Amino acid sequence: MDCYTANWNPLGDSAFYRKYELYSMDWDLKEELRDCLVAAAPYGGPIALLRNPWRKEKAASVRPVLDIYSASGMPLASLLWKSGPVVSLGWSAEEELLCVQEDGAVLVYGLHGDFRRHFSMGNEVLQNRVLDARIFHTEFGSGVAILTGAHRFTLSANVGDLKLRRMPEVPGLQSAPSCWTTLCQDRVAHILLAVGPDLYLLDHAACSAVTPPGLAPGVSSFLQMAVSFTYRHLALFTDTGYIWMGTASLKEKLCEFNCNIRAPPKQMVWCSRPRSKERAVVVAWERRLMVVGDAPESIQYKQLTIQVLLDRLVLRRLYPLAIQICEYLRLPEVQGVSRILAHWACYKVQQKDVSDEDVARAINQKLGDTPGVSYSDIAARAYGCGRTELAIKLLEYEPRSGEQVPLLLKMKRSKLALSKAIESGDTDLVFTVLLHLKNELNRGDFFMTLRNQPMALSLYRQFCKHQELETLKDLYNQDDNHQELGSFHIRASYATEERIEGRVAALQTAADAFYKAKNEFAAKATEDQMRLLRLQRRLEDELGGQFLDLSLHDTVTTLILGGHNKRAEQLARDFRIPDKRLWWLKLTALADLEDWEELEKFSKSKKSPIGYLPFVEICMKQHNKYEAKKYASRVGPEQKVKALLLVGDVAQAADVAIEHRNEAELSLVLSHCTGATDGATADKIQRARAQAQKK
Amino acid sequence: MFTLKGNRLPAADVKNIIFFVRPRLELMDIIAENVLSEDRRGPVRDFHILFVPRRSLLCEQRLKDLGVLGSFIHREEYSLDLIPFDGDLLSMESEGAFKECYLEGDQTSLYHAAKGLMTLQALYGTIPQIFGKGECARQVANMMIRMKREFTGSQNSIFPVFDNLLLLDRNVDLLTPLATQLTYEGLIDEIYGIQNSYAKLPPEKFAPKKQGDGEAKKLQLNSAEELYAEIRDKNFNAVGSVLSKKAKVISAAFEERHNAKTVGEIKQFVSQLPHMQAARGSLANHTSIAELIKDVTTSEDFFDKLTVEQEFMSGIDTDKVNNYIEDCIAQKHPLIKVLRLVCLQSVCNSGLKQKVLDYYKREILQTYGYEHILTLYNLEKAGLLKPQTGGRNNYPTIRKTLRLWMDDVNEQNPTDISYVYSGYAPLSVRLAQLLSRPGWRSIEEVLRILPGPHFEERQPLPTGLQKKRQPGENRVTLIFFLGGVTFAEIAALRFLSQLEDGGTEYVIATTKLMNGSSWIEALMEKPF
Repeated sequence: MDCYTANWNPLGDSAFYRKYELYSMDWDLKEELRDCLVAAAPYGGPIALLRNPWRKEKAASVRPVLDIYSASGMPLASLLWKSGPVVSLGWSAEEELLCVQEDGAVLVYGLHGDFRRHFSMGNEVLQNRVLDARIFHTEFGSGVAILTGAHRFTLSANVGDLKLRRMPEVPGLQSAPSCWTTLCQDRVAHILLAVGPDLYLLDHAACSAVTPPGLAPGVSSFLQMAVSFTYRHLALFTDTGYIWMGTASLKEKLCEFNCNIRAPPKQMVWCSRPRSKERAVVVAWERRLMVVGDAPESIQYKQLTIQVLLDRLVLRRLYPLAIQICEYLRLPEVQGVSRILAHWACYKVQQKDVSDEDVARAINQKLGDTPGVSYSDIAARAYGCGRTELAIKLLEYEPRSGEQVPLLLKMKRSKLALSKAIESGDTDLVFTVLLHLKNELNRGDFFMTLRNQPMALSLYRQFCKHQELETLKDLYNQDDNHQELGSFHIRASYATEERIEGRVAALQTAADAFYKAKNEFAAKATEDQMRLLRLQRRLEDELGGQFLDLSLHDTVTTLILGGHNKRAEQLARDFRIPDKRLWWLKLTALADLEDWEELEKFSKSKKSPIGYLPFVEICMKQHNKYEAKKYASRVGPEQKVKALLLVGDVAQAADVAIEHRNEAELSLVLSHCTGATDGATADKIQRARAQAQKK
Repeated sequence: MFTLKGNRLPAADVKNIIFFVRPRLELMDIIAENVLSEDRRGPVRDFHILFVPRRSLLCEQRLKDLGVLGSFIHREEYSLDLIPFDGDLLSMESEGAFKECYLEGDQTSLYHAAKGLMTLQALYGTIPQIFGKGECARQVANMMIRMKREFTGSQNSIFPVFDNLLLLDRNVDLLTPLATQLTYEGLIDEIYGIQNSYAKLPPEKFAPKKQGDGEAKKLQLNSAEELYAEIRDKNFNAVGSVLSKKAKVISAAFEERHNAKTVGEIKQFVSQLPHMQAARGSLANHTSIAELIKDVTTSEDFFDKLTVEQEFMSGIDTDKVNNYIEDCIAQKHPLIKVLRLVCLQSVCNSGLKQKVLDYYKREILQTYGYEHILTLYNLEKAGLLKPQTGGRNNYPTIRKTLRLWMDDVNEQNPTDISYVYSGYAPLSVRLAQLLSRPGWRSIEEVLRILPGPHFEERQPLPTGLQKKRQPGENRVTLIFFLGGVTFAEIAALRFLSQLEDGGTEYVIATTKLMNGSSWIEALMEKPF
């Protein structure tokens, strides 16, 4: 029997290590690894290799091949690279391969080499090219950080929800930093970079210089830095051959080690075994490997959740196994079985040899109303494979209109999209479709479509009211909606016409429309308005002053206030102002003028249709008791008491009330008996009351 | 935090500027102005926009047209649909909701209402029964049912707080908001207006503050204030006695200090001081407000107006031109007041005779200006003002069946909801009351006269969540007014909640807290 410790070697004073082969790679590499861009996904995920012909000055005569292998070297995909030069490769948390090109475009591929999508890292990156790039992982997803030829950083913390952040400038940075890395602290992505002897930390807002605590002196440059997978730890390799290890917050040093090698290492990474408290940094040179350990660390992370595990199985198309695991773990349907079924369906729609009907039926049979299944996602996949009809069939099973609409629009089924949007009640969705339709259809067809959808038509009208008035008019015309056309022209007469002729013309159009709408009242009123406008114009010419846009009532008042009584009378007659209102109007105007003489003359011109109490009231309002009293005597018996009280004649008011034998009037007078001289009057009322009660 | 205003943004040493806005086009113009007038020499600031309650394509399109869309790093939504105003009151505060729904055929606010109800159900459990009356109510219910289907799978396992949801269209009851509210809170709103639970009052009657004399006194009004909670829903005529009683209690409490002899007693007294002083301040405020209101309610014109309103509501002389309205027009009283009265008459007569209607319209146009032809048309479209069709006045039937007019109203110790309008029982609240007991089947005939469908929907609950009611335990009904609700209606519902044998407690939700004037104003159109 072999000695168990035979292949263990000492590491430092108290630790040992051994080296043995776990498994051998199945691959048959044609290229030297050193000539390739290599990216291995975390947690034993796939490995991507792209021979890098752009690195050397050699003319790229042959197109390179992108190979994807499983962790054990089983070939998964191989494709010819036809796009531009690639600077960096990396796997996202969803096991999507991100290929960062020199021009800032990022191409995304699936595990099986299927092209998914691409996005750009922005104009600045395009202009200055990509010097270096990193793909990094945070709790929000996977991010991309770019160093451009202008030595500026741009990053997106989550490529799933792309928001580009251009980081602030590093003062005095003239050449590329000697090394840099991304950090994630307080849920925000930062960049740590080394320039000569200095370290800088970049966040969205600022660039600040930082110093690692307890760093040995004499450092003039940092050659390599490494951050641990959880972003908690940082290792720095200096040109003095020192390795500094500490927390990524740069608040604490864990240890330092002088390895006496001053050559820049090829690679430096943190590593640790699951459940082990030992953490270590592995540093690699061309022909040397060094493991540097640090103090025990108690916190363990469990990043690979069951969800991620299931995702990985699904990506490898091991659906039955994934479902069995879900069932075994009794995962809720939404998180478990239905998600896997949805993935299965997405795969199923790609089987081109099965007819649309059969695929749709098979999927619906298996999925039914399984909660959490997004039929629209499956439909989108079907459409992506060029199976539009299948996609439409699948969308019918989708209960969420909000999900149906965008895909229907993409598939140019706009009318179907419109009715789905209306069904949802989401007006914003309806607008989305409407604006689509508007661009897609010719005007006539667009209007016809609207005509059959009253809700959409109303919304579109609202849109036109704000944005396209002329179209609004056309819509009303199409529907023979003369009433609304009339209102439209009324509005136009105020909004778009300046000159009086223009205004009158717009009003005439409005009146015509009202006649067509059989709204005689509105038509006549509009004609009256035209007449008034013309008249006001003439008044301004002849009398000066401001008349336009006064109401008829105010026009007459203004005339009276200006002493043009004849004209006022004429206007009132022309427009048949009712007598009662005309009396109120004149009364108010004359009192405003304090033309008491004219007021009295007016009051005697004929019997007042509004009685004489208003005369008393208005005189008192102008504090003219003398004039008020004149009218108080002419007030009819019903309001006499009120009038007398107004002018302050309590005694006479009492007499009238007693004469009327009206209890309400009596108490009203009594409530006014407040003066010192009213005592007698009050007694008189009380006596009259007592007498009335006896009877 | 700044209020949105045109031109350049106020200077502030900040990196990020977040716009919190309703998705309305005119606001986008202001925002664009803000962004475009940023000082280019100053530090670069980041812009973000948060739409409340939902993002809008049209608004983003507008920002794009104005060339500023790209300036916003984040464009998100803050889905605040229902804003809590009090323990039993939620509002969307969407001014335009009524006009959009009933005039413009734009149901955006109904969609938001449905979304808000879904959120409420996510928090307080699925509401097992939905009742509704009116076209909009039907649509909101449909949207809710559809949304529920969309969420299948995320099974709601919360024990339901609400037993029923009642959705009511404002246009089922156009009458109530037109009448002058006569509760304390209702009158404050009628006279001074309550905005976001604040009222601005003339300062004269309040003890002068040290600074800012002459500025309006701004008071927050909600049930957190003990005294206000007690009097807000009372008929104004019953408020005076409460205030004087309170005054006696408070001064007696302050007198207690003379009886405090031992250190313990004094300590006890002092510990109560802050509460007593707050109570005294609150009493002083409300005494002042009550005086202000009394000045108005005792005026002759207020009395005349109320008399006319009450005549209309009790069905007297609704079919001919009314003298008081005529005089109001002739004296050019505020147009909104005139429109409220004319609309009230029209509603209480199931529309006016063509001759009467035309007369009023002509008087209004001649007196206030022809431009109001647009406003009048809007009121007609909303059904507030209309010619009587078929020569039939349905209002008396509705009034009698629903007992909308009560002659023997007790303002001090009410026994019926009609106290909130001193005689008139709000139709909307009567519908709610009759739904809870004995049920709408008893009033089928009237329901058919009122506009829009009435319906009932059930939302099945998982067996574990079905309520087993204890004897004497009240049902809780969430009542949602689509198109607005008045404080008097809220008072009437609170009155019903408090009835000992009422059996139903109400929580109230609405698109907007409003009164007749703000309602009419929202329907007015001023072309210049």
